[in-house]
This record gives sequence, C-alpha cells and structure tokens, in this order.
Amino acid sequence: MSELEAAPDTARELLFGDEWEYAPAPQSADHVRLEDRYGAFVDGAFRDTDEYFPSINPATEETIAEVGLADEQTVDDAVLAARTAYESHWRDLPGKERAKYLYRIGRMIKEKSREFAVLESMDGGKPIRESRDMDIPLVAAHFFHYAGWADKLEYALPGPGRPRSLGVCGQIIPWNFPLLMAAWKLAPALATGNTVVLKPAETTPLTALKLAEVIQEAGLPPGVVNIVQGAGGVGSALVEHPEVDKIAFTGSTEVGKHIQKQLAGSQKRLTLELGGKGANIVFEDAPIDQAVEGIVDGIYFNQGHVCCAGSRLLVQESVAEEVTQKLRDRIATLRVGHPLDKNTDIGAINSQQQLEKIRRLVDIGEQEGADKFQPECDLPENGFWFPPTFFTNVTQSHRIAQEEIFGPVLSVSTFRTPEEAVERANNTEYGLASGIWSDKGSKLFSISQALKSGVVWGNTYNKFDPASPFGGYKESGFGREGGVHGLLPYLELPSQSWQPQTPTNGSPSTKPASSTSAGASPEPKADDT
Amino acid sequence: MANICRASRKDFRNAVVAARDAHDGWAGRSAFNRGQILYRMGEMLESRRQAFVDTLVETAGYDSGAAVAEVDAAIDRLVYYAGWTDKFAQVFGSINPVASSHFDFSVPEPSGVVAAFCPQSAPLLGLVSCMAPIIVPGNTVILLVENDAPTLALDLAEVLDTSDLPGGVVNILTGSREELRGHVGGHRDVDAILSVGASTEERTILEREGAESVTRMEFRSDRSPTEWRADESQSPYWIVPFVEVKTTWHPVGR
Repeated sequence: MSELEAAPDTARELLFGDEWEYAPAPQSADHVRLEDRYGAFVDGAFRDTDEYFPSINPATEETIAEVGLADEQTVDDAVLAARTAYESHWRDLPGKERAKYLYRIGRMIKEKSREFAVLESMDGGKPIRESRDMDIPLVAAHFFHYAGWADKLEYALPGPGRPRSLGVCGQIIPWNFPLLMAAWKLAPALATGNTVVLKPAETTPLTALKLAEVIQEAGLPPGVVNIVQGAGGVGSALVEHPEVDKIAFTGSTEVGKHIQKQLAGSQKRLTLELGGKGANIVFEDAPIDQAVEGIVDGIYFNQGHVCCAGSRLLVQESVAEEVTQKLRDRIATLRVGHPLDKNTDIGAINSQQQLEKIRRLVDIGEQEGADKFQPECDLPENGFWFPPTFFTNVTQSHRIAQEEIFGPVLSVSTFRTPEEAVERANNTEYGLASGIWSDKGSKLFSISQALKSGVVWGNTYNKFDPASPFGGYKESGFGREGGVHGLLPYLELPSQSWQPQTPTNGSPSTKPASSTSAGASPEPKADDT
Repeated sequence: MANICRASRKDFRNAVVAARDAHDGWAGRSAFNRGQILYRMGEMLESRRQAFVDTLVETAGYDSGAAVAEVDAAIDRLVYYAGWTDKFAQVFGSINPVASSHFDFSVPEPSGVVAAFCPQSAPLLGLVSCMAPIIVPGNTVILLVENDAPTLALDLAEVLDTSDLPGGVVNILTGSREELRGHVGGHRDVDAILSVGASTEERTILEREGAESVTRMEFRSDRSPTEWRADESQSPYWIVPFVEVKTTWHPVGR
C-alpha cells in the first residue's frame, strides 16, 4: 500500500508507446456489393447521366465507384417526379400506410447494416467501430421512430386544426454522417407526407445510393424519394427550383447563409443545421477521468468532422494542469489508422480539401502563438490523415478559438468563475452544442440555462437519439431535427396557412393596398387546395 | 393633430441596445411573473378603455361600436397571452425517451431580441397581437409602427409604462417601414423578425439582409380589424417562431 502511494505519477500513466502492438483487425469488405457506376435515382429508377465523377476512399485514394453528376435537366426531372408523386397519391395516403414503408425501410437497413457500415467507412473514412455501432444503428432507429409518427400527427402538435404537409422538399446533406443525415432528413419528411429530392455530399455519395436500392426493394412508390448527386451547383439548382416548397440544409454556416439569401422573397420554407464551435466546460468539481473521456469523445469522434464537436475546451484554472496532462496521456493511446480496422479510433480525413483546411488552421494556431500538442503517430502513406491535436494557451481572439476547424483539433483555455465560463462559452457566433462537467446538479442546470446552445450535454458528450431534438441557436441555424420537434419543419400549421377571408376594408382607416403593402393577400402557392 | 417621431436608423440601433440590455432580466423572471405583468397590462388598458375608444374614433375613423370592440379585444388578447407564459414550456417542451441511460429534456427558450413590423390595420389590436406573443417566453421587442393612427402606439406605451413592465422589454418606434427595413434586416444583434403584411419586396430585403446573421424570419398576413378580433388571430403558434428549443442530456446512474 505504502509503495503504491509512494510511486511516482508516471507509474500511473498509460504510456503504451511501442510496447503494445495491436495485431491488425481488418473488417472484411467482401460482402459489399457495388456497381462500378451509379446514375441518378429519379422516379424510382436509376438513370444514366452525361457526366460521372469518382467517389474515392480517403484512406487509400482509390476510386470505389463512379457516380452520375446530375445536370439541370436531371434535377428538374427529379423535382417533377417528386411533385407528381406528392399530388397523385403520397400526400393523401393514410398515415398508417406511409408508416409501413418507413418501418420496412428501417428493417431492411438493419438487415443490411454490416454492408452499410463497411461502405460508409470506405467512402467517408470514419472508423468501422463508429459506423457499425453508431451511424447505422441510428439510421435504422430514425426510420423506426418516425414511422410511428406517420399516423399520429394530430397528436404531435397541440391545438385545433390538422397540420398539412408542405409538398416537395429539397434536402441537402453533408459528408460527415452521410447515411445518418439522409435518415434525419428523409424519415420525418416522409412520415409527414412530403416527397423528397435528396442531394448527398459529393465526397460521400455511395451509401445514399445503396439506400436508393433499399427504397426500391421496399416498394416505396416511384418519385417519393429521388436522389441527385453532385457538388454545390446541383444543390443550388435544387434550392432555386420553383417547384420546391421547402429546403432543409445541413452543412457549413457559410453555405447556409448563401442559401438563406438565395431563398429571399421566394416564400419557400427553410431549416438550417449549420456549423458549431462547441464549448466543453470542465469545472473543478467534475469527475476528471470521465471528463477526459468526454473531451476525447467530444472532439476526436469522427475525426472531429462533427458540427456539434466540443472543439473548445474550457477548463477551470485549478484543474487545468491535471486535465491537460491526462488529455495528453489519453490521446497518446488513440489509434489513428485504417477506417476498416476494428481497433481504429481515428480514421481518415474525409477529403484532400478538408485536410488542407485543417492544416491551414493549425498553422494559423501556431503562428498566433498557441502551444500545439500532437502525440507521436505513424500515419499511412496514402490517404488523408491528421493526428489528434490540441492547443493550449488559446485566447478568445485566436482564429482556432473562433472558426470551425472540422477536424481533430481542440483548443484549450482556462477560466476562473462560472460566470467567466458562460461568457466565454457564449462568445461565438455559433450556438449548436455545449458540454458541462460538474458533480454539482444545481450548477449544471444553471450553466445549462445560461448557455446559448441548442444541445447541452451534462457529464456526457456527443449523444444522439431519434427521440431527442437537435439544432442550433444563432448562426448554427434554425429548426430542430429529432423527436416531436423534428416534425414541425415539415408541416404547415393552420395558423400559418391562415389567409384573410374578407378584403381588408373592415376599418374606414384602412387605405387601399399600396405597392408596399401588398402582403395582405399573398398569392396562394401552387399546392394550396 | 400631432407631430409624430419618424424613427431613424440610429433610433432603431438605440432601441436594439435597450432591448438587449433588458433581455436577460426579462427572460430571467419567472414565467409566472411575466404572466402577472401581461395581465397587469390588460388591467391598465381597461382602466383607460374610454380614452382608447375615443382615440380610435377620432384618429382612425372607427365608429364607436368598432372602437369598443377593438379595445375590448386588445384587453382580452393581453389576458390570453398572460396565461400562456407559464404553460407554453409545458405544452411545447418535451421529455425525450432516449434509448440510452440518459435523462433528456427539451425546453423552449426565448430567441432574444425581436423586431416586429406591425400591421397597418387595427392600430391598437394589431400592435398588441404582435407584441404579446413575442414577450411571453422572455424575448424583448422593438415594435415598428407605420399606420394612420400612430398616436395609439404612443398611448399604448403609456399603458406599458404603468404596468410594471421593465424598461426596454417593449420599445416602440413610429416611422417609415420602407426606410427602416434594410437596417432592421441587417442588424446583427436582432435575433428574429416578425413582419405582418410584408410586400414581396420587403420580404426579399428582410430575408436577404437577415441571412448575414442567420436571422429567424416570420411572416404573417395583415387582416381586417374584424379578423384581428377573431380567435384565429391568437395562438401559441404566434409564440413558436420566437423560441429556441434547448435539449439537455444527463446520464442516469448511481
């Protein structure tokens, strides 16, 4: 006992170094069935396009498959197919029938979950441990969850009057959780009776195409879900298409603002899930070892390609040294390597472009005077890699404390009082997610109340569930996804669709509508019935 | 009859500062207390009922029956929203049954500072119908008023001033909507905008300028005074656009 107590601190560190070699534990990719080439998924069938682009494996830089680039005509056809499907039957289909399709899709994803997980890791670079244990199970869960809502919508929103579906939804999703984001978008839109044109990110198109196969196999009526592939230009064509009633976008704040501008005056509905710079706040009374695990989950999960990542660690001064030392020791044990190795903690960076962005911001962090820590790491020769990194001595004005890096890079700064922690946490244009680590319940709830962020994780981080609403304050976007709140963006409420029944001449004071006050009777939308 | 302020960009910016300063205090009050204050506003309006009826008749050209109906509806509307303050979170919040071992709940919180372009129609009731739902969850507001009877807005300000409503929670600017809308949309410290009766042009300007700071936008139709009085013109869904849903997770264990 006394010997243990006398042992130097280093004896308790988990310095594995080279002493523990892990044998490779590759996940076989044999059961992934892939075509060489996929077209656009329009009106229930794949169709050829004029141009194709490669989707590469970011861990090897090899092409996995070629994907059809949607031109304007393809986007137009997809939107019209969605419009036709909406008006001809989908909006009038009883909720319980829509539910059956969603349950079936959820069930089929479960049956093919291994194939989906492997392909997701191949196409996007995320560790198989995460795609297998988190992404794909959550995808299936989302379809199951929203399937159950389809015939219960009159209970979803309080008050009289039935909410109505909107029509055709254009949904644009990012590359960090490709299939999960597709599920977050599709499941509530279909449950509420809308039809969809989905545009996946250009670096991760493949699982959405496998999903299209599932959708075909599930017998979903043609045109209810259409998938068009390509980069920003395709998204832009979708946003501007006059037959689209609603846009749902998940991605960067920069593009989100651009879309909001594009839609100005269009009367299209919009929800945005944008960037973040989440504060993970560690108080001195926190369970420190758990907090360190939470910090690692917060920023190194999915290579830090997470909009709600805890990318700013705010640690109370009295425990800062202990926390940073433990963090140093902990990230030295993280295994960076092939995404399909079951032991991998940090996989490949999604693309060359993203890798360059991370490198650029890390260079800026060093130039601005913050102290960088990176563990020794053997990185594979091919592919895109970045070791887990954190900066100490970061001030609020540093760009690495303000800008979303979207990589495995954490900035660490300290605070003295809870007030200072709140002030710093809120000192950002973003407001997506935060973490609080404290053993004191009253403090945790008061800090949670004071934080301007849509999700607050107390003594945990990066937890997701289909029943739990997710979305941001401020420049992290508006609207919520998940749970009952996730239905609202896909429904029109009676009070929103209310139109004046009588001409506005009830008062002698009311002037005839001038050119600047024509809003009293906006033109009805095409699908108003 | 009177000279009325024509608010400038500077006045609007000052109003935003006042609204921002008042925000945390107002949002930090108990929901019950906010309800008491809204109810008090209704009482104070009722105590000056005849004065408002007279003003509607004199300045807005109402006949006395319509004027009485509008003032009474405005009083009722304040009482209606007073009751929502401590019920809204219960009806629109949720406990989320997540699959993991966590306690997870979502509560609506105020969006922050809201700017509201008030209707031309129903110079008293239209104003109250915009203001009340915005301040219910703890937002502060700048009401932008351009109609034929702007003195009513200033009379309403006197009512608010005697209703225990903290200064800065409601700010009223009279002036030209066309002149102000670009500044309102582009102000980075405005979290959300309500516009009643916006033209397509105004909607375009507000949305384009507002996009710079991802401002929340809500557009509603103007309507006749009769329609403003109807129950269809009051609803908790007038509150919904001005809240942010916050979801908090915590592990459950021993």
